[in-house]
Amino acid sequence: MLGAMEVVSPTAPPRGARGLHRFANPGRFLRLAGRALPWVSAIGLVLVALGLVWGLFFAPADWQQGDAVRIMYVHVPAAWLASAGYMALACASAVALVWRHPLADLAAVEIAPVGAGFTAICLVTGSLWGKPMWGAFWVWDARLTSVLVLFFLYLGHIALTRAFDSPERGYRAGAILALVGVVNLPIIKFSVDWWNTLHQPASITLTGAPTMYVGMLWPLLFTALGASFIFAALVLARLSAAVMERRIRALLAARAEGT
Amino acid sequence: MTHLAYIVPAYVSALVIPAWLAGEAWLRLRRARARLLALEGGRRR
Repeated sequence: MLGAMEVVSPTAPPRGARGLHRFANPGRFLRLAGRALPWVSAIGLVLVALGLVWGLFFAPADWQQGDAVRIMYVHVPAAWLASAGYMALACASAVALVWRHPLADLAAVEIAPVGAGFTAICLVTGSLWGKPMWGAFWVWDARLTSVLVLFFLYLGHIALTRAFDSPERGYRAGAILALVGVVNLPIIKFSVDWWNTLHQPASITLTGAPTMYVGMLWPLLFTALGASFIFAALVLARLSAAVMERRIRALLAARAEGT
Repeated sequence: MTHLAYIVPAYVSALVIPAWLAGEAWLRLRRARARLLALEGGRRR
C-alpha cells in the first residue's frame, strides 16, 4: 500500500522498474561506476593472472590431448561470457523496450562490442584447439556454427544501432534484434545433446558434479571468474563514456539552441 | 610443452582482444571526461 505522502505521477515508472530507475540518474551512475571500476578491474586482472599461470605451468596435461588442453583455460571462459554477454544484452534491450530505462539502451549498445570480442576469442581459440585435435581449424558442427551465428548477431546489433540517423530508432531496432536472437542461446547450450557433434558435451553443469580433474577445474574457475570481472569492467568503462558523451551532445544541442 | 604453436596464438588472442577493448574504453573515457569538463566549466563561467 502506498504511504500517505507518496505521490505517483502519471509518468512515474511502473513499480517493478523503480529499483532500476534509481540508477537512471547519470550523475549517480557515474559516481557508482567510477568507484567500482578500479576494484572490478583489479579483481578481474588478479584472478585471470592467477588462473592463467596455474593453467599454463602447474595444471597437468591431458592424457589424450597433451598440453593442447591448456587452450581450455582461455576458450571456455570466453565461450561462457559470449553467451552470458548476449543474455545481458537481451535483458538490457528488454528493459529499454518495456520500461524505457534511460541507461538500458546505452548498456545494450556498449555490451555488444565486448560480447563480440569475447565470442571472437572463443572462435579463434576453439579453431586453434581443433586443428591438432580434429585435424581441421573449422568444421560445420552444430556448436561451432551456432556460436558463429552468435558472433554475427553481435555484429548485426552493432551495425543496426549505428545505421539510423536517429540514435533512438537504432537502439529500438537493435533491441528487437537482440530479443529475437535469444533463441540462439538454448541452441548453443543444447546443440551438443540434440545433434551428433564433434564438440564434446559440457564437463561442468549446474546440476551435476564436474567430470573434470580437480587440478584442471580450479584454474578454469579462476580464469572464468576473472574474465567475468574483466567483462563487467569493460562494459562499465564503455557505459560511463557513453553516458558522458550523451551529456556532451545534450550540452552542445542546448548551446546551439541558445545562439 | 607440446602444441606450443597452437597454445601461444590462443593465449595471445585472449590477451590482445580484451586489451584492445580496454584501451579503446580508456581513451573514450578520458576524451569524454575532458570534453565534459571543458563544456560544463565554460557553462558555469
